[in-house]
Amino acid sequence: MSYHDATIDGEAHDHRPGFFVRWFASTNHKDIGTLYIIFSICTALIGGVVSVVMRAQLMHPHNTLITDHQIYNVLFTTHGLIMVFFAIMPATMGGFGNWFVPLMIGAPDMAFPRMNNVSFWLLVPAFLLLACSAFVGAGDGVNGAGPGVGWTLYVPLSEAGPSGHPGPSIDMVIFALHLAGASSIMSSINFITTIFNMRAPGMTLHRMPLFVWAILVTAFMLLLALPVLAGAITMLLTDRNFGTTFFKPAGGGDPLLFLHLFWFFGHPEVYIMIIPGFGMISQVVSTFSKKPVFGYLGMAYAMVAIGVIGFIVWAHHMFTTGISVDTQAYFTAATMVIAVPTGVKIFSWIATMWGGSIEFKTPMLFAIGFIFLFTIGGVTGVVLANAGLDHALHNTYYVVAHFHYVLSLGAVFSLFAGFYYWIGKMSGRQYNETFGKIHFWTTFIGVNLTFFPMHFLGAAGMPRRIADYPDAFAGWNFVASIGSFISFASTLFFVFIVFHTLLYGKRVGANYWGEGATTLEWQLSSPPPFHSFEEIPVIAPTGH
Amino acid sequence: MLQRRGLTRAALATLAVLWAAPRALADNVELPHDWQLGMQPAASPVREHIDVLNNELLIIISLIVLLVLGLLLYAIVKFSAKRHPVPSKTTHNPLLEVTWTIVPVIILAVIAVPSFKLMYYMDRVPHADLTLKVTGHQWYWSYNYPDQGNLSFDSNMMPVAEQIKEGKPRLLEVDNPIVVPVGSVIRVLITSTDVIHSWFMPSMGVQEYAVPGRVNQAWFSVDHEGTYYGQCNQICGINHPFMPIKIVALPKADFEKWLSEAKKKFSADAAPQGTPTHPATLVAKATEARPARLDAPSGN
Repeated sequence: MSYHDATIDGEAHDHRPGFFVRWFASTNHKDIGTLYIIFSICTALIGGVVSVVMRAQLMHPHNTLITDHQIYNVLFTTHGLIMVFFAIMPATMGGFGNWFVPLMIGAPDMAFPRMNNVSFWLLVPAFLLLACSAFVGAGDGVNGAGPGVGWTLYVPLSEAGPSGHPGPSIDMVIFALHLAGASSIMSSINFITTIFNMRAPGMTLHRMPLFVWAILVTAFMLLLALPVLAGAITMLLTDRNFGTTFFKPAGGGDPLLFLHLFWFFGHPEVYIMIIPGFGMISQVVSTFSKKPVFGYLGMAYAMVAIGVIGFIVWAHHMFTTGISVDTQAYFTAATMVIAVPTGVKIFSWIATMWGGSIEFKTPMLFAIGFIFLFTIGGVTGVVLANAGLDHALHNTYYVVAHFHYVLSLGAVFSLFAGFYYWIGKMSGRQYNETFGKIHFWTTFIGVNLTFFPMHFLGAAGMPRRIADYPDAFAGWNFVASIGSFISFASTLFFVFIVFHTLLYGKRVGANYWGEGATTLEWQLSSPPPFHSFEEIPVIAPTGH
Repeated sequence: MLQRRGLTRAALATLAVLWAAPRALADNVELPHDWQLGMQPAASPVREHIDVLNNELLIIISLIVLLVLGLLLYAIVKFSAKRHPVPSKTTHNPLLEVTWTIVPVIILAVIAVPSFKLMYYMDRVPHADLTLKVTGHQWYWSYNYPDQGNLSFDSNMMPVAEQIKEGKPRLLEVDNPIVVPVGSVIRVLITSTDVIHSWFMPSMGVQEYAVPGRVNQAWFSVDHEGTYYGQCNQICGINHPFMPIKIVALPKADFEKWLSEAKKKFSADAAPQGTPTHPATLVAKATEARPARLDAPSGN
């Protein structure tokens, strides 16, 4: 087919490159989004297997599944890093963000398609570096091989001294985070540019779907937070290899400096993981309630507020490090303020359902589950925000329960909601509703059984990051382990659903959710044409 | 009398322990127990203050969760597509939106007042009767009583096989516990010689990081005689689960007796453990004081 013919008969619109060019040198936001989603499902499964091994070890006290505790330490380190940097972030921003931001704002593609491709392909070597770091040697240190430091990489345990990790493992983790960080920064620049410059005529900022708002806020947070992490780990790298003493007291450095820098990035990071979820939940709740989102402006600016306040609360992770009491008082107050915009979001979602005509399809089940479980994770966050109380709960399983309720039950539920909501759009084939509901209920039971008992363990004083625990903690640990096995079985069932959908799912039309689905992606066929819009859509001046 | 105590047992439990005969109390061992739902019983004034705030918060957060759950269930039942086929088009209600912004602010203010009181109460050490210096090492604690003739000793975890043989709590029993007099205010100074550890005594409400090059401070006083346990609570390397803390609280007289015995017992190795607070000294010590890599003590 000549170029001339293609133009005349209009087929150039759906002209796809060959397999290698399409998937390995892609410049198409939908294909790159698909790559991100495949990547994050694979990494989430690896991270999930790691967590199941940990729960198997913790199932009984005095267990001998893992006898070298450094292996356990490496497991929780890689579990955290994989889930944060290589599962949730690629899925929310890279996957759903790439797929649906351009569609929702009526843009033909992302602003910088090749940079988009680089963003994805940097993640692959980054993940390989992280995965390999677990297997490299101990050097002359006391701890053994692999990075056994926790995802927070606290110094001096991550320094190269003999009491830390003199082998190359931490250096590899640092390079992995550098690459993943560069990837995220590029993708943030891409999103900000796209959203600011490529909206269809009539799509003002205040008429963008909330998912686009969520990605915009997240992109700004990534852009401001990640360079701080890059700086901190670069200082760690030079401490380890080139004789600097940024974090070494012997040379006038201070370990607490690293903690401050890490959490200046680390706290915004937790909102980076959850805010795209907020956006997806808003779309899903609105669609299945057949109502526009309640309090649209409040919802959008609540995310902006959470994003801004998220940058000024970092030291609530450090109440027991010896920071002054006035500092503790400030960070307690600032942290509690975050509950206000979060409350606005929770109540607005419920108000969106209120008076609606609700269809309980799988995405909606995950969305309702999200609202309830995120509330539980939120209120325990208010408890932990109190510096005084935190002295009795810091670093215990109560904290583990808290952040898994907001991430494992919050962010992950929003990802499942988004997946079931959009899989028909992305693949042109619809999932099986019964399978979806089985997946929801098994996940719901599994994760609650895993994480709710951890509140009790933490209150009783069980420290996190231990491979063996005093016998008094046996009961709830057993329950939590059973819960994690159920969750993992449910996740494997999800993988089955993915394949079942892609191979045997019913073909669907442009708008398979009906009247509630009002955003632009539902105007396009399922799957959308290779270059999405034949002509730029114009948004009528009604709207919200 | 016995009957009355039975009737109001919960309220009088703490007082009863205080009134009971000292001999019986020496066996008072505070441990977490299986299927426990809440915190370990409070054993210090700080923890009692923590409990007051924690209980208040527990009520508030439970009510919030129940409210959200109730609203969700009502919406699920009342506004399902079957019962409510025609959706409303309401998308704004300024009064409602202002309410759910203002009410949480008020709730947070109500929480903040006792929270700040607790924070400052914990921070200000009252007149201290005794100072205890805690130094974290991979993977043991060393304790120093600078105002008691600089008594110093190391506290290692008792090997697991012995713990099991002697019926002691596994992973919690140590060779040399901290001994303190009941009721005395104890100032704790916490530091480390190698990596960050965290000195965590749940029943005292005390937790501070042991950071190399830095001395952190906390305080407690033990309400009644007994034995109390805690653990290192910051990942500090391969044997992180194996550096427990044990505190034995004795009457003043018994404490003095222990003190004179301990001075004799530990005089041999007291010298280098002194009070090296200068950062450079601490770090220099890290290289020499580190024990060879312990073989996992969980083995038999």
